[in-house]
Amino acid sequence: MTREARRFEDTIPQLADTPVPDDLKAWIIDRMEMYPDKKSAIIPCLMAAQKTHGWLSPEAVDQVAAVMKLTPAQLVSVASFYDMFELEPSGNRTIYMCTNISCMLRGADAVMEELERQVGVKNGGVSEDGIFLRNFECLGACDIAPMASVDGHFVGPLTVEDAKTLVEDIRAGREVLAKKQLSRRPVAATLWQNGGRAEGYDVSEGGES
Amino acid sequence: MSYSDELLFDNIDEPNLKSIEVYEQRGGYDELKRVLRELPPETVLNELQASGLRGRGGAGFAMGTKAGFLPKGDMDKYLCCNADESEPGTFKDRELMQKNPHQLIEGMIIASFAAGINKAFIYIRGEYEDQADVLEAAAKEAYDKGYLGENILGSGFGVSLVVHRGAGAYICGEETALLDSLEGKRGNPRLKPPFPANAGLFQGPTLINNVETLSNVAHITKMGGAKYAEIGTEKSTGTKLVSISGCVQKPGNYEIELGTPSRELLFDLAGGPLPGREFKAWFPGGSSSPVLTPAEFDLPYDFDSIAAAGSMLGSGAIIMIDDSVSMVDVALRTAKFYKHESCGKCTPCREGTSWTVKMLQRVEDGLATPMDLDIIESVCDQIMGNCLCVLGDAMAMPVSSMVKKFRPEFEAHIEAARLKRTPLDEATLADELNLAEMATSA
Repeated sequence: MTREARRFEDTIPQLADTPVPDDLKAWIIDRMEMYPDKKSAIIPCLMAAQKTHGWLSPEAVDQVAAVMKLTPAQLVSVASFYDMFELEPSGNRTIYMCTNISCMLRGADAVMEELERQVGVKNGGVSEDGIFLRNFECLGACDIAPMASVDGHFVGPLTVEDAKTLVEDIRAGREVLAKKQLSRRPVAATLWQNGGRAEGYDVSEGGES
Repeated sequence: MSYSDELLFDNIDEPNLKSIEVYEQRGGYDELKRVLRELPPETVLNELQASGLRGRGGAGFAMGTKAGFLPKGDMDKYLCCNADESEPGTFKDRELMQKNPHQLIEGMIIASFAAGINKAFIYIRGEYEDQADVLEAAAKEAYDKGYLGENILGSGFGVSLVVHRGAGAYICGEETALLDSLEGKRGNPRLKPPFPANAGLFQGPTLINNVETLSNVAHITKMGGAKYAEIGTEKSTGTKLVSISGCVQKPGNYEIELGTPSRELLFDLAGGPLPGREFKAWFPGGSSSPVLTPAEFDLPYDFDSIAAAGSMLGSGAIIMIDDSVSMVDVALRTAKFYKHESCGKCTPCREGTSWTVKMLQRVEDGLATPMDLDIIESVCDQIMGNCLCVLGDAMAMPVSSMVKKFRPEFEAHIEAARLKRTPLDEATLADELNLAEMATSA
């Protein structure tokens, strides 16, 4: 062992003095075993830690590092590449508003402005009651443009009025825009045969830019 | 000539098709059983090659040929299903995974069998949380039924499957960046060669295919490669899921026979332009494809016809732009996306996308001259073909096509915006000119 190698290893937090929530620890250990090389588990494990802690705080990174036996620097170098990792304090509810081309063509910018007004923060901000709002690149749901992802669930097409309802639903703890949940939308051929209506889903009114 | 029977979208909205019970009731996994019982791997590979199936992710490379590149012999080989669907305008894989995950898994098992693969992964973009949940549940069902794991159905063949979630990076849809990301690194593309077939994931032989491509596999072995090749055109076989979005009345995913006239897709299926508007331009294959104009509406929608018109079919994502939209806005938004998503590894892409955005912003703000348009085109020219991957090209191609095809609109915008300049803009411009003068005189 060279001296440098020892120093490098010294930066790995020791499990003995890094308390890790039991379920997070178990999850990380399981995940590492799924791959030929444990490092493949870095991104899923960081995401699990982020879900536990609300953001990738230094403590969250140390916990993953301690269980995976990797340096925090390596983990942060990976995390900083990806859009979904929050290296600063974030909220407990998340709105990603798509502002990419297809959504822009259908009026996403106006919906984003209204969301900023309703949440009470600018793009990238967190409201006092913990709603994190940011614009996002194409989320892969241009059929419901303009759309947003609320805690990972896609809703659309959004009108400016929907932006208000969306934030109200979040604050009331209700399902967000129940009639515009992508999960209830049939494929296009079926939906449009029925004039934009389907069971539990309705875009027959609104949705125009 | 449109193909009336749906393959991938057959009964797609049947309630709970995503569960293994319903999928099996509809004959799901019967084909896997037959293949493992009756066919040697070489025959399956031959069927895939005979089908002419071309990759549905964007490049359009022959899937069977690609699978045939993997070396033979006893070693760990990998299949990576590319479910990082991030190309703006593309949303077909999302629908397939959410509604019919077992079609994909069955296709992956058969493809693995054909190419002698023992470890499979689905790399799904992190934003698709609901869809990843569906896939994970489906994979578990398939394990419980013995369709995944070791010694599948007593055949002696085995393959494992892991659903791996990304965390938000367009570049991870590039196949070598996907591999790095799957190895737990930043998603930087690799230098090719070596190609993934020889040295891919963990430096082992790796086959990488798109969700839609793999979802076709069980259909191909079932109907026979030659029969599948009868659908579509000679060089673009099969059906294609087309994601139509933007300024149309009926956006969504449609399954069409390749070679269907584009006009039919845009007007009959997607319902044409919004009331009172007219189409002005369209992206035929995602936001990285050079834009086409209404003059090209009669092109057959297949790989070669769209390529011959100077664009590409890409992932099959059509984005329609109408006469209410400024092409400057479209170009700027497109360029901003690629600037944001450039991984920064290659200089032409990192700097080229960044400067293109700055120049288009000047056009937007009325601080540009028509000469800036020439510079934009020249920057785009110098990005293309000069990087490890095609992300930079993906910005350069559409942006330069917009500037070329809509140059009068860009020039009119520059002039109109110039007349609206504020004193603050004038001060900015004066500063810039001073700086430029200082630079030249120094």
